[in-house]
Amino acid sequence: MAKVKGDILIDIEKCKGCELCIDACPQGSLEKSRKVNNKGYLFIVKIEDNCTGCTNCALVCPEGAITVYRKVDKEKKQVAKITNVTSDITVTVNE
Amino acid sequence: MNEKNMIDEERHYSQVIEEESVCTAENIVYEKPSVLLDTPMHYCPGCGHGVAHRLIAEVIEELGIQNETIGVAPVGCSVFAYNYLDIDMTEAAHGRASAVATGIKRVFPDKYVFSYQGDGDLAAIGTGETIHTCNRGENILVVFINNGIYGMTGGQMAPTTLPGMKSTTSPFGRDTQTMGAPIKMTELIANLPGTYYVTRQAVNTPVNVRKAKKAIMNGFKYQTLKKGLSFVEIVSNCPSNWKMTPRDANKWMEDNMFPFYPLGDIKTPNKEN
Repeated sequence: MAKVKGDILIDIEKCKGCELCIDACPQGSLEKSRKVNNKGYLFIVKIEDNCTGCTNCALVCPEGAITVYRKVDKEKKQVAKITNVTSDITVTVNE
Repeated sequence: MNEKNMIDEERHYSQVIEEESVCTAENIVYEKPSVLLDTPMHYCPGCGHGVAHRLIAEVIEELGIQNETIGVAPVGCSVFAYNYLDIDMTEAAHGRASAVATGIKRVFPDKYVFSYQGDGDLAAIGTGETIHTCNRGENILVVFINNGIYGMTGGQMAPTTLPGMKSTTSPFGRDTQTMGAPIKMTELIANLPGTYYVTRQAVNTPVNVRKAKKAIMNGFKYQTLKKGLSFVEIVSNCPSNWKMTPRDANKWMEDNMFPFYPLGDIKTPNKEN
């Protein structure tokens, strides 16, 4: 299984705290902050570290305040193991 | 706590290796399109106009037609749309956006022209212009934001207000005996031969946002075919004038607006053939 790690950056000065992203997030990683931004809105913060980078929160954000990042770590798959070799062996993998 | 322990503690924290951040430029999967400017929007929290603006900006960026697009802003909440989109835009008198778009399209037939109108603009004062533009089959895209109320002027009753829905000019709910029934503009103009693509979408959930983007994309693409007008209605919310929180407004919209204004394509090129 490829490991997917995502993250989001929220522009807290643009955020108006409408909470639509909280409803859209399937992982439940967003919550309202206890601080206010310069406009006086309670902005949204990410509280859990389980983001998968699904972009749902950014799609419903009316302000376009969310940037989504996603990184897929592909695990190395063992194709062949060669031991006790005395002569040359060629191993090829079909792409 | 003696001094030695404190130094040890500091050293411990300085040696903690920071986890590699995912937030780097090559890992971006979604960001605000560059066509949408950084100007903070004046819309209320949770308003669907912001998403609609962003979708138009995304489509323009993906099609690469930023220099060939001309937009017409309406009168209403979205009157300042030209402050947020980095394209050529003009402002029309109340309800006349589709008429102005007609003129622009006839002078520049190769440009992509769209008008962005609300329900008070398109369905009330501009009904005549809208219907005749659709009937003439101008090759433009009309984006119609329907939230069932006059947002900018303070929540008065619009032609699309639902029966029984309260507004400042219908404080006991809309009475269809005296105030008439709501106009379903999208079904109305779908009957006209000049329209090529007529659809109704919403922007409340990620799925609907993706569908709405596809509809707007089709609307821009069909302009090159020169076969008629594309009409995209977006059922939206108005939390401030519905007197609800954005979450409640979206819930209310799903429960009440969607049964009356069902989402989906009403006239597509394939069905016609």
